[in-house]
Amino acid sequence: MERGLSIKTIVAIGIGSAVFVILGRFASIPTGIPNTSIETSYAFLALMSIIFGPIAGVLIGLIGHALKDALFYGSIWWSWVLVSSFVGLFIGVFASRINIQSGIFGGKQIITFNIVQAIVQAIGWFLIAPTLDIIIYAEPANKVYLQGIAAGLSNIVTVGVIGTILLISYARTRSKSNSLSVE
Amino acid sequence: MATEMLAYIDRKSFIHGLSGATKLIIFIMWSSIAMLTYDTRILLVLFIFSMIVLKVSKIKLREIGFVLLFILAFLLLNNIAIYIFSPQEGVKIYGTSHVLVEIVGRYNITLEQLFYQFNITLKYFAVIPAALLFIVTTHPSEFAASLNKIGVNYKIAYSVSLALRYIPDIQRDFRTIAQAQQARGIDLSSKEKLTKRIKNAGSIILPLILSSLDRIDTISNAMELRAFGKKKQRTWYNERNFNRHDYVTMLVGFIILIVSLVITFSDGSRFYNPFV
Repeated sequence: MERGLSIKTIVAIGIGSAVFVILGRFASIPTGIPNTSIETSYAFLALMSIIFGPIAGVLIGLIGHALKDALFYGSIWWSWVLVSSFVGLFIGVFASRINIQSGIFGGKQIITFNIVQAIVQAIGWFLIAPTLDIIIYAEPANKVYLQGIAAGLSNIVTVGVIGTILLISYARTRSKSNSLSVE
Repeated sequence: MATEMLAYIDRKSFIHGLSGATKLIIFIMWSSIAMLTYDTRILLVLFIFSMIVLKVSKIKLREIGFVLLFILAFLLLNNIAIYIFSPQEGVKIYGTSHVLVEIVGRYNITLEQLFYQFNITLKYFAVIPAALLFIVTTHPSEFAASLNKIGVNYKIAYSVSLALRYIPDIQRDFRTIAQAQQARGIDLSSKEKLTKRIKNAGSIILPLILSSLDRIDTISNAMELRAFGKKKQRTWYNERNFNRHDYVTMLVGFIILIVSLVITFSDGSRFYNPFV
């Protein structure tokens, strides 16, 4: 019956992008290393990708990050926006393997989630972001790779810690499948 | 918590009178040129042209000053970082070396490096006024209609419109939750240790996320009841049709795009090299 995007996904993209903007602006914690902060918005992005799937992930990353840059900083850094949507997309691709709606998010799912997010983010921040920076802005290679590695490591840790906590808490709000027992 | 954010500024000007779709197309063309080219002459022309457009739009610099300050600070830091990491990048690109000031070894200041960093800065200066103008002269509701008009699926355009509509609400939620948690002694400021701060951040964003997920349910039920997405197309209350001004503007934008690309790539390199 549903053609293309379901209404729920459309709304999730809209509200998700708005939350991404707000978290990116107000809930990022500077680590003391210049240009590197704990971006809680990526933990949220990972959560949304797992709940609503890859299409929501890619669009929340794209719209959320582009709006955040545009509304608060007045210009859009496309190289990094594209990486956000890349991260949203590929974490979402593995959503079905985790199946958060079943209410089960234990050891096995936590490991799967963290392996996936670490690989996806490593590719995104260590490779794609610096390469695009070089292509678009012709910035010095060693500078952008160092920035990418710093941002990537901090985002992997952030999603690993806060993202996992968010997913565990979210799973608790779902009723477990097979939770009924015969008396 | 400073919450200054760019928003629509209502004026009567030629720029405000253009349809949102025209401005979006021009903005996309403008950013593509600024991304592709490294030709100083084109970047300078773009920059001067966007200053003229800023004048025409009757938006005062003061009104967007806070963002400009932020961008200037960012550009300064970025330039320092580039110099620290790669002080001879300009020499590598332009192939010659004119030393101006001797410091030590590779940190000698060269004319090429200064010119290269001037170009990087100019690249931002060429695109920032266009981006700022697009945001402050296009009404958010019209923005979604414009996205749809240039070919974006209306459901996705509607998501963007939802996001713009709910950013202020979610910002208010965020502040309420943050204050409630602070009243309970959960501190998010720099007085707290880093690990503690991360943990505390979690106790603010979790309620925010759960309430937003509820919001998603409510809104999607409401939209479902109104049969959103039933038809292949939809109309927009704020849609504006193209008029003569729009066509002229788009034509001018298109000519600028073509000319810039021809000049940039005619000599086989996207850098303009005054040193040879």
